[in-house]
Amino acid sequence: MKKLWVKFLGLITMAFVLAPKLVLAAGGGDVAPLVIVADTRKLSGIMAWWANMYNESHVEFTILTVILIPAIGLLFGVLADLVMSHIGIDLKHRELSEH
Amino acid sequence: MDWLYILMPIAGVKIFWPGLIILGIGVGIIGGFFGMGGAWMVTPGLNILGFPMAFAIGTDIAHMAGKSLISTMRHGKFGNVDYKLGMIMLVGTIVGFEVGAQMVMWLERLGSVEKVVRLLYLVLLAFIAWMVFNDVAKKKRKDREAKAAGREVDPLSTGVEWHKTFHKIKIPPMIHLNVAGIYCSAWLPIGVSFLTGWLAGILGIGGGLIRMPALIYILGCPTHVAVGTDLFEVMISGLYGAATYTYKGRTELVAAIIMLVGASIGAQVGTVATKYIKGYGIRVAFGIAVIGCALSIILKLLPQYTSANKVVCDNISTVLVLGVVTALSAYIFVKMIQGAKAEVAAKKSAMAKQPA
Repeated sequence: MKKLWVKFLGLITMAFVLAPKLVLAAGGGDVAPLVIVADTRKLSGIMAWWANMYNESHVEFTILTVILIPAIGLLFGVLADLVMSHIGIDLKHRELSEH
Repeated sequence: MDWLYILMPIAGVKIFWPGLIILGIGVGIIGGFFGMGGAWMVTPGLNILGFPMAFAIGTDIAHMAGKSLISTMRHGKFGNVDYKLGMIMLVGTIVGFEVGAQMVMWLERLGSVEKVVRLLYLVLLAFIAWMVFNDVAKKKRKDREAKAAGREVDPLSTGVEWHKTFHKIKIPPMIHLNVAGIYCSAWLPIGVSFLTGWLAGILGIGGGLIRMPALIYILGCPTHVAVGTDLFEVMISGLYGAATYTYKGRTELVAAIIMLVGASIGAQVGTVATKYIKGYGIRVAFGIAVIGCALSIILKLLPQYTSANKVVCDNISTVLVLGVVTALSAYIFVKMIQGAKAEVAAKKSAMAKQPA
């Protein structure tokens, strides 16, 4: 299992190094060199903090996004799991059939 | 009704947030069920909600990464993800994608890129749709013949069996893909992933729409394993895409999170529905999705080659895509509820029969 993870992490690292064009992955195209600045005047609280971070550092903004997206996905996924298990659906087995 | 709208902190526009959740649920169901990212469905949806296009792709990829993670986890627990196959294919996909992207640059220099790409996409979708429905027809014929001859119908039998020919290639190293139940030359998945990556690179898409049928028809994966393994790849490319688009300042995380609320429910529904809908049910629904995607591209192309009104065609295309998403997700949802009800009822009756 450890070997598998080492290989897996190696491949992901390689993907980051070798595939800058993979950003096209969801039907997009090259992004135009346009600088967008968030307007923070109408915002308050966490929204203002978030928009300020976007304006000040795209690196920090990216790091937080990349951490938040899987974490939130995981959280909602586990919640949905709990609900489905509570209903009584078997979430671990299924029959393999092509019918 | 102001509470139904939320101000996006980066894009600076007010968006009808329940619409984002509904869109998330729809694409979550379809993504989890078919094993694809579904950008072709999300972009028109975001457009309708008034989302600026500059943020549409990045936001879509960010929510896709989270959604695919949930679906991959669930498919993994069902035993639908062949991680070994996924990792081998990752290499071919990356290299193929780069070659495809370089080819687009070359075509751009020739000045014919858009026409070539759109036509290639259409030909490919038409081929996939034909392949799926031809496969279904063959499978039905085989089952009918088996019944007529008094034989038992094999639950794992398939219609199109091109993979058997590909499996005859014995170029070393040979590999066992245990989850998919395949023994083949390592060059086969590498070649398939290179080809699908190359096509995705040329077309500028994630590739789930191509990779899923390629895994079934060329590699010979069972439908469920093809869906799960494909999602594993979508998850990795989605995470990378989310990082790079966000770094370029093109992700509206608030919208992505709202969509993710819906998508996480939808992804679970779509994934669990694969438990109740058998392989050929998935293939038929996938074929319908491919036809919907192809029709939307034809509608986008019409104004360029005929005197058709662009605005009218764009609107029809958007309605068509959203109609396909709604119809398919409703079908999957209903099947999932019916399956779950039957499972729970069976459990209850089994418990009632047990002696006290």
